[in-house]
Amino acid sequence: MNNSIHEIRAKIQKGESSCIELTKSYLQKIEENKHLNTFLEVFSEEALENAARIDKKIIGGNAGKLAGLILGLKDNICYKGHKISASSKILEGFESLYSATVVERLIAEDTIIIGRLNCDEFAMGSSNENSAYGEVLNPVDNSKVPGGSSGGAAAAVKAGLCHAALGTDTGGSVRQPASHCGVVGLKPTYGRVSRYGAIAYASSFDQIGPITNNIEDMALIMEVIAGSDEYDSTCSSQDVPNYRKELQLTGVKKIGYIKDCLENPGLDAEIKSRLEVIIKELRLQGHEVVPVDFPYTDFLVPAYYVLTTAEASSNLARYDGIHYGYRSDQTDSWESVYFKSRSEGFGKEVKRRIMLGTYVLSAGYFDAYYAKAQKVRRIFRDKTNEILNTHDFILLPTTPNTAPELGENTKDPIAMYLEDIFTVQAPLTGLPAISLPIGEHTNGMPFGIQLMGRRFSETALFAFSNEMMQNFGDN
Amino acid sequence: MSAVASSSAPRRHSSGASATNLRRPNDKYEAVIGLEVHIQLLTKSKAYSSDSTEYGAVPNTNVSVISLGHPGVLPKINTKMVEYGVRLGIACNCVIREENEYARKNYFYADMPKGYQISQHKTPICEGGYIEIKDKAGNSKNIELTRIHMEEDSGKSIHDQDPFNSLIDLNRAGVPLLEMVTEPIIETSEEAYQFLTEVRKLVRYLEICDGNMEEGSMRCDANISIREKGASEMGEKVEVKNMNSIRNVQRALEYEITRQIKALDSNEKIDQETRTFDAATGKTIVMRTKEMANDYRYFPEPDLPIVIVDEEYVKSIRESMPALPNELYKKYTSELGLSDYDATVITDSKAIALYFEELIGKTSKVKAAVNWIMGPVKSYLNENAKEISEFKVTTEVLAALIELIENGTISHSVATQKIFPLLIEGSDKSPMEIATENNWIKESDVGSINEFVKQAIAKYPDKVAEYKGGKVGLIGLFMGEVMKLSKGKADPKIASELVKKSLEESK
Repeated sequence: MNNSIHEIRAKIQKGESSCIELTKSYLQKIEENKHLNTFLEVFSEEALENAARIDKKIIGGNAGKLAGLILGLKDNICYKGHKISASSKILEGFESLYSATVVERLIAEDTIIIGRLNCDEFAMGSSNENSAYGEVLNPVDNSKVPGGSSGGAAAAVKAGLCHAALGTDTGGSVRQPASHCGVVGLKPTYGRVSRYGAIAYASSFDQIGPITNNIEDMALIMEVIAGSDEYDSTCSSQDVPNYRKELQLTGVKKIGYIKDCLENPGLDAEIKSRLEVIIKELRLQGHEVVPVDFPYTDFLVPAYYVLTTAEASSNLARYDGIHYGYRSDQTDSWESVYFKSRSEGFGKEVKRRIMLGTYVLSAGYFDAYYAKAQKVRRIFRDKTNEILNTHDFILLPTTPNTAPELGENTKDPIAMYLEDIFTVQAPLTGLPAISLPIGEHTNGMPFGIQLMGRRFSETALFAFSNEMMQNFGDN
Repeated sequence: MSAVASSSAPRRHSSGASATNLRRPNDKYEAVIGLEVHIQLLTKSKAYSSDSTEYGAVPNTNVSVISLGHPGVLPKINTKMVEYGVRLGIACNCVIREENEYARKNYFYADMPKGYQISQHKTPICEGGYIEIKDKAGNSKNIELTRIHMEEDSGKSIHDQDPFNSLIDLNRAGVPLLEMVTEPIIETSEEAYQFLTEVRKLVRYLEICDGNMEEGSMRCDANISIREKGASEMGEKVEVKNMNSIRNVQRALEYEITRQIKALDSNEKIDQETRTFDAATGKTIVMRTKEMANDYRYFPEPDLPIVIVDEEYVKSIRESMPALPNELYKKYTSELGLSDYDATVITDSKAIALYFEELIGKTSKVKAAVNWIMGPVKSYLNENAKEISEFKVTTEVLAALIELIENGTISHSVATQKIFPLLIEGSDKSPMEIATENNWIKESDVGSINEFVKQAIAKYPDKVAEYKGGKVGLIGLFMGEVMKLSKGKADPKIASELVKKSLEESK
């Protein structure tokens, strides 16, 4: 099942496989792995119909670039005529009237969308335990969380329930579960992929990113979904390179690793030593790997939570019980429609973040929190860009620990937030970052190693990631 | 028809007693008023989506997932809104901002589906500037502006159509607005009235808004406080809303000034609050108190990039701007020598001003052109409740008619009473053709006029005797008879001389 999309396509063309066959086998595996709770809904019939149609196109030689790809969508990416809930009760029964730009582009290239995937409510969480539709189990060890917020997506790809998935990454929501489940996860450069149709959590951070088993698929999917969109004014008009054709590494690289990250007392000893081994190996291969200073690691998580909760408090105002979605039946005035619908419809973590965000934006606190965090964000960006001016990549762990036990962190939100320490730098600075499944712990769990690159340097990032996967991956 | 006389008619506002017309609150207190004017823009599509802005459509039909605020949608800027903001800014002499950032104004309201309004906060597109007003005595005053910023309208909540539910129409949600905020320098309700009249005229000239307060396409909120004359500190500010005409703004302010003075005189505290105006009673009533005020939690809109309005863009807008009422007024009074009254009336409506501009481009007889506009043309439009856009007489035709009078081909009375009505009805003939066909060319042949004179004198022998007896005023009677007999064609100058001569001779 771990063939690339390209290899699958070749097999179908030779008559050794078919979209129908593949779809059926995925549907069967989904059925067998229901206990993982990855899918909120499976589009079985529709997927089979599309598979039949696309098989014909493949034989006819007029199939799209992604024919043969069977993909799951995190349940915060809109697909016309299909339900979407962001794993929240407040969108109970809601069906999207339009498709996200990325979904339109995937379908135009003959992707089969097999279902919608569980996640933390409104993408807020690091363990997928904040879903109104139940927790997702880690397919590697069912007693562990898959990570979050795109937990269902990472778990489904790892368990072979779909070939790839689209998640969204605001503070690590693609990379962290990819690390916990042992798959590849990308947070593209901010503005590389249209956000139109992705339910907003924190607009200046959110990016849609693929979860795949290999870099080649990552590159191919990005070729299709990236690029300017008239419906997203924050989306860049910069040309989308031919990522997949440029996967061959071009020479020696200069790589920085942040000393404070490696020396972080919260970092698991095995993850640290794996990084050290990788650093040594990379040097042996001729790359220049040097320590760099980024003296702000302690401020990353606080700044991230101030800014993202501020934006979230506003982005989530539209779920008011008036226009669509859940409305409490215990109301006696129009104000109580708001109070009760929102109190009953949102989960605990979402409410916590709305309250926090409302607080940091309120009169009297704005300057102390929001405005200051914005300033700090600029400092992070300037400093990180300064490092990247003289280094091709920054190498760092994806997570301080491997996937925790289910329920381990739910009682302590701060401990949970601190798990984001290595993933928030990329979205705070708008830079691309990828988590590669090149670590395995003696506790049996996988973990990822992260590469962060320059703005719009996905081509170089994919090429180097490809080499890293070949050198440090398990195949 | 009093016709051409109106330029010398009494001035609408005479000097003297009414010069002190600006009603000052009283000797002890002064009012401090600032206005916020919402100007709904005449763009074809909404501020942040391509939905239509057409007025009067079936409820909830000019909507899309974007204006409905569905999950995952994003706004995109309608550049027309920016252009209109720049136009108004140029017209008001504002400083136009180069880097325009949008901001979210967060509050819950049923007809605002996103839970926030996309507005501008710290970076309004226009700052400073002023609008000139004139009081009844003709004294001018500049009403300074604080800012003009871009934002979007909300939908409408309808409470009176269903006994159990409030209904929401989101057709208006997302329609672009400019909000103009004045400095608190308006002192009387009359000034507020003049200011809003000027704003309305201006937006109509600029063709950015239809200026219709009754339909809500222009809306005004007033902030008003009272303090003792000369005091440096402001009194407690009261905001008054829901005044759906310029006159009602004036009424609401008058009521509020009186109410607040009365309260101060009886040592009552004025509360900082929002009040609503009831047009039926002419009173304002409390809508919400300070404690109920929203904390809007403004922050920069992350979904929209900063819009750059550079000098070149402003220059291109400036070059495409239509003539403005105050510019035309100045041209008419100082270059063309029009009276204040004539210039004011002509520039009051853009369509009439444009017609006049065209007309004086086709005839050099400016005085006659003014008289025609102020007289027969305006009378016809007023009597028939028509707009000049519905007026069938083109400026070419009217100019030709004026030329015929001025060069003595036809008499003024033939022009106004005979030819003009035919032209209004849509005759496709030229004034000259009409005059020729109907034999209305002015009779200047002494011989034939003399015939009419003889007949007239023969008709009234007793009046001739009275004339001889000294009643020289009777010459009018004979003149009238001559004009009647000649069907108005006789040259009055010649006829009058011949009548006089005949009467003298028959002595």
